[in-house]
Amino acid sequence: MSNARRWAFDLTLWTISLITGLSLIAHEAMAGEKRMTAGNARYEAECASCHLAYPPQLLPAPAWRRIMAGLGKHFGTNATLDASAAAEIGNFLDGAAGTGKRVAGAGDNSLRITRTPWFEREHGEVPSAAWRRPSVGGPGNCAACHTAAPQGDFDEHNVRIPR
Amino acid sequence: MQLETLRIRAGVALLLFASAALAATPAELLRGYETAARADNARFAGFSAERGRELFNARRGEWSCASCHTDNPAAQGKHAKTAKVIAPLAPAANAERFTDAAATEKWFRRNCNDVLARACTAQEKGDILQYLISVKQEAR
Repeated sequence: MSNARRWAFDLTLWTISLITGLSLIAHEAMAGEKRMTAGNARYEAECASCHLAYPPQLLPAPAWRRIMAGLGKHFGTNATLDASAAAEIGNFLDGAAGTGKRVAGAGDNSLRITRTPWFEREHGEVPSAAWRRPSVGGPGNCAACHTAAPQGDFDEHNVRIPR
Repeated sequence: MQLETLRIRAGVALLLFASAALAATPAELLRGYETAARADNARFAGFSAERGRELFNARRGEWSCASCHTDNPAAQGKHAKTAKVIAPLAPAANAERFTDAAATEKWFRRNCNDVLARACTAQEKGDILQYLISVKQEAR
């Protein structure tokens, strides 16, 4: 291969890589709102036995710390962990907790994700009667309407509010 | 070299111990509770599935075991607060139940506190486990 041809080949390769990379970043950024996974096996194993493994980014780190410190009476039930699980999950939540706009005002009055300004904004269209249906069981039961929530998919297109 | 062999042997022993600890049977767990109940009470007279059934369905405060697990432990339950589906509790309907001593203790710790506002005794855990082992059919 001549030098000129090699140069052209390199340029093409770099351009393709750059475009692919940029579009991946753009896609991730757009999907960020819709795709929220927990991302820690222990967190999922321990917390998701009673409820969906709520995406850690929906509360700020101080709120998660208060939740972890109060597992003896966790929204009315005993959810205590052994020391090793508590340490690992606590560390994970510290690192994965939400920051910025989405958690602004979260955890100030309530540790419930469903009482955060962000949650209320996102769910403003849902009629209050829908939350009370036995088939829904309350706003904490994401998967009742977000049918693919256990897979971390909160895309609006997969929302089916049960009758 | 000998130290290395020793290390490997210790590793293998630990692995065997760990896997034995992980994979228990409901009957083995019941024997563990029997040992504990005997230590608590010199006049221990065995476990009773009937006492276990009564305890399982008894509501002391807000909940009974059956509030979430239903009064048929071989059926699928539903968490009373979160509405999340709970797999059947009776080993006859769910082979994964009562095969891990640590998990069993964890749930007794949590749920006895929720239902009775105190820890269960070894006698009570054994009675409940005896009852759950006795549940055979999947649906009534």
